[in-house]
Amino acid sequence: MDIQTWFGYVVELLPGLVTAMQLTGISLALGFPLALLFALLIDIAPKPLNWIVIGVVEIGRGVPLLVLLYIFYQGLPQIDIVPSAMVAAVSAFTWSTASYATETIRSSIQSIPRGQLEAASAAGLSGVDSFRFVIMPQAARIAIPPLMGLAIIMFQLSSLAYVITISEVMQSAYFLGTKTFNYLPVFLAAAAVYASITIPASALVTSIERRLAKHV
Amino acid sequence: MIGYILQGMIWTVFITLSSFAIGAVIGVAVAGARTAPLLIVRGIGRAWVEIIRSVPPLVWLFVVFFGLAEVGLRLTPLQAAIFTFGIIASVYLGEIYRGGLATLDRGQIEASRALGLGSFDLLTKIIAPQIFRTVSPSMVTYGMGLMKDSALASTIGVVEMTFRANQQAQSTGQGLAAFAIVGAAYLLLSIPLGAWARRADTKSRLKYVVN
Repeated sequence: MDIQTWFGYVVELLPGLVTAMQLTGISLALGFPLALLFALLIDIAPKPLNWIVIGVVEIGRGVPLLVLLYIFYQGLPQIDIVPSAMVAAVSAFTWSTASYATETIRSSIQSIPRGQLEAASAAGLSGVDSFRFVIMPQAARIAIPPLMGLAIIMFQLSSLAYVITISEVMQSAYFLGTKTFNYLPVFLAAAAVYASITIPASALVTSIERRLAKHV
Repeated sequence: MIGYILQGMIWTVFITLSSFAIGAVIGVAVAGARTAPLLIVRGIGRAWVEIIRSVPPLVWLFVVFFGLAEVGLRLTPLQAAIFTFGIIASVYLGEIYRGGLATLDRGQIEASRALGLGSFDLLTKIIAPQIFRTVSPSMVTYGMGLMKDSALASTIGVVEMTFRANQQAQSTGQGLAAFAIVGAAYLLLSIPLGAWARRADTKSRLKYVVN
């Protein structure tokens, strides 16, 4: 086992990395706006509706993502809905992302003092305007670092999509492992592929966190 | 089907509790290394935490189960799962301890040293009782996450709840029912823990103000 062979493994996993990033990217792009909607609905929607949203969020956070994946991929066919692996994966990851992000967004909005809303309304701003121009810019500054942290976690969790035959990094690694029987180097190559994204990304989040905290 | 799936709950709970216990003990060493006076020890501690956290748990599980078997260390699926989650938990719990340590006045450690307390007494009689209050809500929250992570053990063949649900889904074709049952079971397991964490959190805050 020489280092060149090992790098060969890393290279073979790169197409899987592209798939993992696509899955993560789509789920974040759908999940974050959904989370903002959920956060607002929980606080302003009338009784039965806000309870439903709370239920959706609690299930998304309380049930393991692995089980959510199975529900979409192996569960829905029972009622004659047969999603493709990618559609099932995106649905499960979006649900999970939206649920975790809802809590982050809600607590960021709630951390803005109520007096600001009253001041905005005294200054003649409408409800929508005061949310858009007064609350949102401040809440966003608080919410951005934890949401970026969530994005990194979701990228790591994309490895779970392996169980429903998505050819992301783990699926490629498993295939490579059964082909070469070099399981240890192959899975360490997979670890390196993930770390090569998550370590710089975490460093970036920390630096953004510091920069945003400066002006609070 | 319900009975068959729920029989796996004992393994879900067992994996969660044993890896949590391993993590809680090794976590002390992780927190110790992270706050050590020697720069090189701190560096090693930090690198360890970064490496473990930057790679998905599923990858570590496969490294331990499939990878270590190749170099002669054959673990059963259950052993591999507990070992992997224990190591991962030690890193996260270690960081939680470190956060708790930061809230402690350094003067207390100096005072204990001046009174001639040994390291073990310092840890068990001075540090642990005080930081336990501040860290226990975070520890319970982490434990809930760990319980959900334990579902990953199904991918290497541990016959816990998710594995059993999967078996049922494939043999009966009633996937939705099987996974709804297992999903509800995870929710039921986490609700009391969550309530307990919230209560502990309010309580610890109250005491903190009174002090």
